[in-house]
Amino acid sequence: MGYFSNIFNGIKTLLTGMSVTGKVFLHSRKGAITQQYPDNRETLKMFERFRGEVVMPHNENNEHRCTGCQKCEIACPNGSIEIIWDRKVNPETGKKKKQIDKHIYHLGLCTMCGLCIEACPTDAIVWAQNYENAVYDRSYLTKVLNQPGSKLMDGVEE
Amino acid sequence: MTKSIHQWLLSFMSETATSITEMVLIALVYLAIFAVAGLYLVLLERRVAAWFQLRIGPNRVGFQGLLQTMADALKLVSKELTGTDRADKFLYNLAPYFVIISALMALSVFPFTQELQAFDINIGIFFLIAISSIGVIGILLGGWSSNNKFSLIGAMRSGVQTISYELSVGLSLLTMILLTSSLQLSEIVEVQKNGWLIVQGHIPAIIAFMIYMIAGTAETNRAPFDMVEAESELGAGFHTEYSGMKFAYFFLAEFINMFIISAIATTVFFGAWLSPFGITESIPWLGVFWFLGKTLLLVLLMMWFRWTFPRLRVDQLLTLEWKYLLPINLVNIVLMALIVWLNLTIQL
Amino acid sequence: MKTEAEKIAPTATNINFKSEEYFVNMGPQHPATHGVLRLLLTIDGEIIKKVEPDLGYIHRSIEKMCERNSYQQIVHLTDRMDYLSSHINNEAVCLTVEKALQLEVPDRVKVIRTIIGELTRIASHCLWWGVMGMDVGALTTYFYGFRDREMINDIFEETCGARLTMNYNIPGGLMWDIHPNFVKRTKEFVAHFKTKIPEYDRLLTGNIIFQKRMKGVGILSKEDAISFGASGPVARGSGYSCDVRKHHPYSALDKVTFNEALKTEGDSLARYQVRIQEMWESLSIIEQLIDNIPEGDYKVATNTVIKLPKGEYYQKVETARGELGVYIVSTGTKNPYRVKFRSPGFSNISLLNHIAVGGKIGDLVATMATLDIVVPDIDR
Repeated sequence: MGYFSNIFNGIKTLLTGMSVTGKVFLHSRKGAITQQYPDNRETLKMFERFRGEVVMPHNENNEHRCTGCQKCEIACPNGSIEIIWDRKVNPETGKKKKQIDKHIYHLGLCTMCGLCIEACPTDAIVWAQNYENAVYDRSYLTKVLNQPGSKLMDGVEE
Repeated sequence: MTKSIHQWLLSFMSETATSITEMVLIALVYLAIFAVAGLYLVLLERRVAAWFQLRIGPNRVGFQGLLQTMADALKLVSKELTGTDRADKFLYNLAPYFVIISALMALSVFPFTQELQAFDINIGIFFLIAISSIGVIGILLGGWSSNNKFSLIGAMRSGVQTISYELSVGLSLLTMILLTSSLQLSEIVEVQKNGWLIVQGHIPAIIAFMIYMIAGTAETNRAPFDMVEAESELGAGFHTEYSGMKFAYFFLAEFINMFIISAIATTVFFGAWLSPFGITESIPWLGVFWFLGKTLLLVLLMMWFRWTFPRLRVDQLLTLEWKYLLPINLVNIVLMALIVWLNLTIQL
Repeated sequence: MKTEAEKIAPTATNINFKSEEYFVNMGPQHPATHGVLRLLLTIDGEIIKKVEPDLGYIHRSIEKMCERNSYQQIVHLTDRMDYLSSHINNEAVCLTVEKALQLEVPDRVKVIRTIIGELTRIASHCLWWGVMGMDVGALTTYFYGFRDREMINDIFEETCGARLTMNYNIPGGLMWDIHPNFVKRTKEFVAHFKTKIPEYDRLLTGNIIFQKRMKGVGILSKEDAISFGASGPVARGSGYSCDVRKHHPYSALDKVTFNEALKTEGDSLARYQVRIQEMWESLSIIEQLIDNIPEGDYKVATNTVIKLPKGEYYQKVETARGELGVYIVSTGTKNPYRVKFRSPGFSNISLLNHIAVGGKIGDLVATMATLDIVVPDIDR
């Protein structure tokens, strides 16, 4: 008798499994969990904490908050950030002050660990939420974060 | 229409030449139709799989992806044919043709409507069973000649599997032959005018149908019986080393075989082109619709199997056949014989 | 004249083939080896005679890289070990560093770490369940597993900023506070997932084919589990009670009550059921903690340059795969002298030859799926 009950139980479990997939099949019109990616660019918003790439925000006067303290450069585990800096005389106060020339960021090396942003004392660099980082040549991945001609925002001290 | 073409051909050809030309013409028409039908079955499988899996499926090429498989086929045709070093070149090239030709040959005997049947031989069912087991030779050859161990394992599994399940397919159809007392497909349909065979034969017919669907799924090497391909175990099994159009032949043959298995079931169990309760009896050409509709439903059932069940292990596959399906089948034949003998069939 | 197999086979033991045996190279590119694991199989027909895992195809010398990095920088490397339980890996390193510094982190940090750790475990088991189904041939499970994992990933993305390699822990606390939506979304997920585990059972666990494939296959006895150093669900499937969360609770795990999932059969099905049971337990842990996350700071201030006192430090945690041990030797400088990760996958994969021999090729694949290996975790 066990022979036949085996068969019946077996068929029952198979039908149970089919009912699960069958239910999904019937609700397939609205149930798709996949997205049609390039088509939904307008509606696709990343969360505000999403780590897309490191950027340096500038205000309308082309000023940033980076003092060139190099804490991000030290915090970075794999050398994604290089800062080229100089000491320049401030014309108003006449004092020599550290000033960045270029804040170089290698997106190709970056592991998005977030330690640089954690380390930054002046919140000069932040995460951007862009996610389409593909380029045609690797050299495009090396970016200069401060805009040309930009200078340090007034009142930002280490 | 066939008559007028016949007359027109006769007007400038001899009797023999005419019949040969007609055969070639019909063969070409069938070939064209089923190459396209096979492609659309592939598309259907992909869309249905997507619906089972919370996905959308191919919907980019053409309206709702209708041209997707056409594009795929074009791509496969234009692809380079690669092969393995030290493969048995002759057999390696021969194998895909075995598979695809045997699949296409079987199509010729199906009665799509009362008139539309290319080849109504009196041993129709027998012919179908015989043809459908030729395909395995192609699989064996392909796996063996590829010079790849995974292919070889796949091919050997296929041999074991097809030989075993051939029995069940044959016996379950034989059960139904007891009711029709003819092997000719047109007569099998004729008998069903008093009710489809699955109704006429009631309990044993339903058992036979279930056995037939299980064994038929195994015959086409589809999941849950896809031991031959078993992508998580063997990569792609017997067609690992095939590329381009040769791979496409294997792929297309799988889908045409699926269609054939469903079409046999439609013919033998569900009254082929007969409409339910004869609702469209007055319009004979609607038979094509009924035939294809029933077949597609069964194809859908096979797809449902595939996207739900895990794969069996190779020894469990044989256990299922020899310990369960075959004994049940034999008992079922006796049961059916008794029912026919005692006139217990249901005649509408 | 050497045969092909003898030339490839790396060890002396493999050279003595019987005439009916042959040699198959499974991987490093094979769908069932989940990455770049290479298995050297000696097969007689379909029956496995010997399995030799060949490791090192994704070895990135993470332990060596740790020696040149500061303690904050080590954390993000552990994301890349067992990438499916990256949060728990991070937690392990942070716990070790905090232990060495004798730093007491706020309760809020402990609770958040535990909740995210358990979410990670569920996410990892979801993916495992999908892949498990796929390895035994049921392709649909993969997408159902991903559907639920995606919800957890969204929670992570909102709070941590990344979906897979989160790097949310820092020595001394967390990188940011949790997102305001975190609690709401987690509750939604818990409610959603409670209806989905029964669906998993209906679709796969109960299935007769699946049961036949798993029952009595790949049997591992309790003694062998202990002597091979197995841990996690693999060992618990053999009845070896080894849950670090239970025996050496860390973070907020001493405040919650949960059962350790234990099975004594030791076969593939037992390992499978232990993981399903663990999902339930993780849900219950989350439910106990989610409503009372204590207020407080999300980190304690540490020096920018962390220097561990001279000595050796060890801390173990329970990842989704088993026991992860972090062993740090410090000479008092800002970099560790030596870091050793005791990864669960490495010990578990060593079992493979022991439990897969005598089975069919299909059994090997199914058994390997129940070991739930992550190759970067093995190679590091």
